[in-house]
Amino acid sequence: MASMSSLQYTEERPFKVIVAKLGLDGHDRGAKVIARALKDAGFEVVYTGIRQTPEQVARAAIEEDADVIGVSILSGAHIHHVRLLMEKLSEMGGSDIPVVVGGTIPIVDVDELKRLGVRDVFLPGESLGRIVDVVRKLAEEKRRAELSGG
Amino acid sequence: MGTIFNEDEVKKIGEKAEQWKVVTLKQWVERLPERQESFTTLSDISIKEVYTPADIPNFSYEEKLGMPGEYPFTRGIHATMYRARLWTMRMFSGYGGPEETNKRLKFLIEHGETGLSLAFDYPTLVGVDPDDPMAEGEVGIVGVSVPSVVDMDVVFNGIDMSKVTTNMTINPPAPALLAFYVAVAEKQGVPYTQIGGTTQNDPLKEFMAQKSYVFPPEPAVKVAMDLIEWSVKNLPKWNPISISGYHIREAGATAVQELAFTLADGIEYVRQLKNRGLDVDSFAPRLSFFFDAHINFFEEIAKFRAARRMWAKIMRDWFGAKNPRSWWLRFHTQTAGVSLTAQQPWNNIVRTAIEALAAVLGGTQSLHTNSFDEPFRVPSEFAAKIALRTQQIIAYETGVADTIDPLAGSYYVEWLTDEVEERAWKYIDKIEGMGGMLEAVKKGFPQREIADAAYKFQKDVDEGRRFIVGVNVFAENEVEDIRKVPLLEFDQQETERRQKQRIAQVRSMRDQQRWARSLDELRRAAEKGENIMPYVLNAAKAYATLGEIMNTLKEVYGVYVEPPIY
Amino acid sequence: MRSLAEAELSLSEKVDFKQLLESAAKGNLRSIGRLLTLMENPYRLPPEVFDGIARMAGKAHIIGVTGIPGAGKSTLISKLITEFRRRGNRVAVVAIDPSSPLSGGALLGDRLRMQEKAEDPGVFIRSVSTRGLRGGLSLAALSMVEVLDALGYDKVIIETVGVGQAETDIMNAVHTVVVVTMPGVGDDIQALKAGVMEIGNIYVLNKSDLPGAQEAFEYISFALSKGELGQRTGDWSPRLIRASAVMGSGVEDVANVIDEHISYLRSNGLAYEKVAARRLTLVRLMAERMIADSVERALQVKINDLKERVARAEGILEISAELADAACKLMSSTKPK
Repeated sequence: MASMSSLQYTEERPFKVIVAKLGLDGHDRGAKVIARALKDAGFEVVYTGIRQTPEQVARAAIEEDADVIGVSILSGAHIHHVRLLMEKLSEMGGSDIPVVVGGTIPIVDVDELKRLGVRDVFLPGESLGRIVDVVRKLAEEKRRAELSGG
Repeated sequence: MGTIFNEDEVKKIGEKAEQWKVVTLKQWVERLPERQESFTTLSDISIKEVYTPADIPNFSYEEKLGMPGEYPFTRGIHATMYRARLWTMRMFSGYGGPEETNKRLKFLIEHGETGLSLAFDYPTLVGVDPDDPMAEGEVGIVGVSVPSVVDMDVVFNGIDMSKVTTNMTINPPAPALLAFYVAVAEKQGVPYTQIGGTTQNDPLKEFMAQKSYVFPPEPAVKVAMDLIEWSVKNLPKWNPISISGYHIREAGATAVQELAFTLADGIEYVRQLKNRGLDVDSFAPRLSFFFDAHINFFEEIAKFRAARRMWAKIMRDWFGAKNPRSWWLRFHTQTAGVSLTAQQPWNNIVRTAIEALAAVLGGTQSLHTNSFDEPFRVPSEFAAKIALRTQQIIAYETGVADTIDPLAGSYYVEWLTDEVEERAWKYIDKIEGMGGMLEAVKKGFPQREIADAAYKFQKDVDEGRRFIVGVNVFAENEVEDIRKVPLLEFDQQETERRQKQRIAQVRSMRDQQRWARSLDELRRAAEKGENIMPYVLNAAKAYATLGEIMNTLKEVYGVYVEPPIY
Repeated sequence: MRSLAEAELSLSEKVDFKQLLESAAKGNLRSIGRLLTLMENPYRLPPEVFDGIARMAGKAHIIGVTGIPGAGKSTLISKLITEFRRRGNRVAVVAIDPSSPLSGGALLGDRLRMQEKAEDPGVFIRSVSTRGLRGGLSLAALSMVEVLDALGYDKVIIETVGVGQAETDIMNAVHTVVVVTMPGVGDDIQALKAGVMEIGNIYVLNKSDLPGAQEAFEYISFALSKGELGQRTGDWSPRLIRASAVMGSGVEDVANVIDEHISYLRSNGLAYEKVAARRLTLVRLMAERMIADSVERALQVKINDLKERVARAEGILEISAELADAACKLMSSTKPK
């Protein structure tokens, strides 16, 4: 007898990524190029646009059940905004969603961001290939953690 | 008009070149192949191995070049250019609060800077006060916080505004910042006729590139035109607009696109002002431009020369301007921020020097050179000084400023100038066909072109078709190097606290009635479609804050949300 | 190591649905997000869970929004959200964007226009890509509608592109179909006579500040009155409204007419009909899915043999019947989990 639960052929659910620009910074060249590269690599990308608050980005990630959040900030306000984002995510139960950050970031701040829980930081000059790889690995890791009862 | 070449000679040379290619060159290439399959500029223009007169066979000196200071100004807008006066060394600066910026301005003036250029922080750029929730964490980082006339006063404390010209990189809030500047200059006793400087005030490129937009396109353009109209009538030495290609280029456009979109913006603004009944010669001499100086050396020089030639034609032939000053394309240049790398950051000093050289050989009127630590933060004093010295070395040691347009006559440079010009005209025709740049922006055309060019460039770099030293060639273990870069230190939280305090003081100490009335009058003027500048000036003097002025205008004009274009 | 896809098939064994549903019902956004993901492929749910959800659903007003690309659907929806919130409604949006057939990826860009609503606790926005799975999109979208309905959202808005079988399935299952167009699309009527745009209950002429608005209004009104466009609901005739979402004008009118439509449906028992219709569509889609799966499995078993025969054109039609038979046998022999 037929059964929905015995279905065998299914597509892999694509990984879903939020690409967001936090704060007032309007330089979106990098964010858009990465969004496009991720889409070409088979990801579903939700680009939130510029001028997002940490709450807006956290809400997007949670509502979309995203696998990774990518934040782009070139205004120098990265520590401030990312700290708030990590707090919001935690409040909303989304701490398991990995966050990566890209932008004009001094190396001392890279260490600070990682302490806040950011999984990777991309400086100007990073290759698209590496960014896509990192995002993919983080997404896979997160999904497997879910499946093992996370 | 006559060609400078003898037709027969050119024909012979052309044949010789062809022969050379299939015989001599072929032999050489068989033994030692060329480094690449093809060589292209950053606009994808194919470059041949060598250029001869046969590449520019019908070259007319008078038509294409002319003498410096004469139509079509390809060689320079002034007859003397740098022999009389060097380009202005105008370093874009600002950070923290007005106090810090005041100090930095004095430092640069002491070290030989000849023009001021103010960078504002993000809250100021988008017109919100330091105590607005969106401003949190952003006050004083990428520039100085100037939310009121009181702050502007502190910035210029001890600086004689009659002796300096000041560029203000500000767009939607330009009317307010100009009002603050004028009010402070007035207080210093400087007459309107002597107030000199520039407001960037170029809304179209905000939608394409910089994205510090506030109002939707139509009202944004209206406000900018208000400023220009008021300025040409009241501030004879003020450049009310800096029609910018820099941001467009930095957002990913090619040199050709940068040139075309900038001139198309200019065409739109001239049309808008003419539609208000203004005579073109009454404002055109005060229009100024702002370009990028990127790393592909000769293409940039070609771009600058083509720009002058094209604008002269547009102003004289399309718009019928009669005053030769209306035909001049005066421009400021900034070396390409986007070409700088975080990896091996000291290399950026070299990149900036080469880009600055291109700007000088291209005849720029003023120049900002980037500091090597740009990929990390707003520049330290150490880095900013090197950038300034770079310009001074070019000016005083190299001799390139001792003659005008030295590259003229180079077969390659003239061919490239023509090529860049031709491709740019194609874009301009297309945009005009859409109804002009305002329409094109509303349709998303330039945004898509820029997004495509940005994506293509990144793929070219990733896939090894374009080289960036330290990034995809000659890369090293970067972490150590980056840690050695000494960065600017300033206490952002302290600045934010101080700015919040000051704005609260401003609000509590002003004449409340006068303040309320000024905003009311501003709103009504905006609703009626009047020129808002006098009302903004009035509100500034009544100690209305930047955020209050902008909120009043937002109520009337609305707020822009961009369409998703990748 | 199993691929993620294979691993995810057994997810339903791991999820505590009772707890997830309870949490979602209390308004926990993370739980709602997770639940919607599970609903994208409803075969993951134990049958009693699916029924439980469906029993709680049935009260929401489901609104389908479609139209010409560039007409400003997302902006209009963003303004409608504000308006419905003002009226005390909780609003959920499912925004559908096309996937790239080449990479399988997608740029889900509708959300950008609605992000300013993202901080409102009474609003929930979810983006879905079309993907490639047979029937997958409509199944996912309609399942998500059931959940959002069950969770108490008063208005559930589905935004789609306008043409395609999936869109037709979806639009036939909503209460109110809103079609958004704009002036200057060439032949205004022809553009709308494609796919689900033909069956609108409400037509919105957005960007009505643009030139050509008056003509467009007249053409479309005429077409509606002649019944060449639009779909009647009993006594309720399709309506045309002018708006300029960016300027904020006409949005209240659009919301009013949308509310009028559902009032009409509810007072005539037609709202209930629509709920039944949507579940019938779900049922059909799931049945099709099960059959398709069996066909796929049967094909895999016999693929080498079949490939040879069809390459030699040895009875293509008979082979199809053989395959169908094999699929049926497979289906009847499968033990339910």
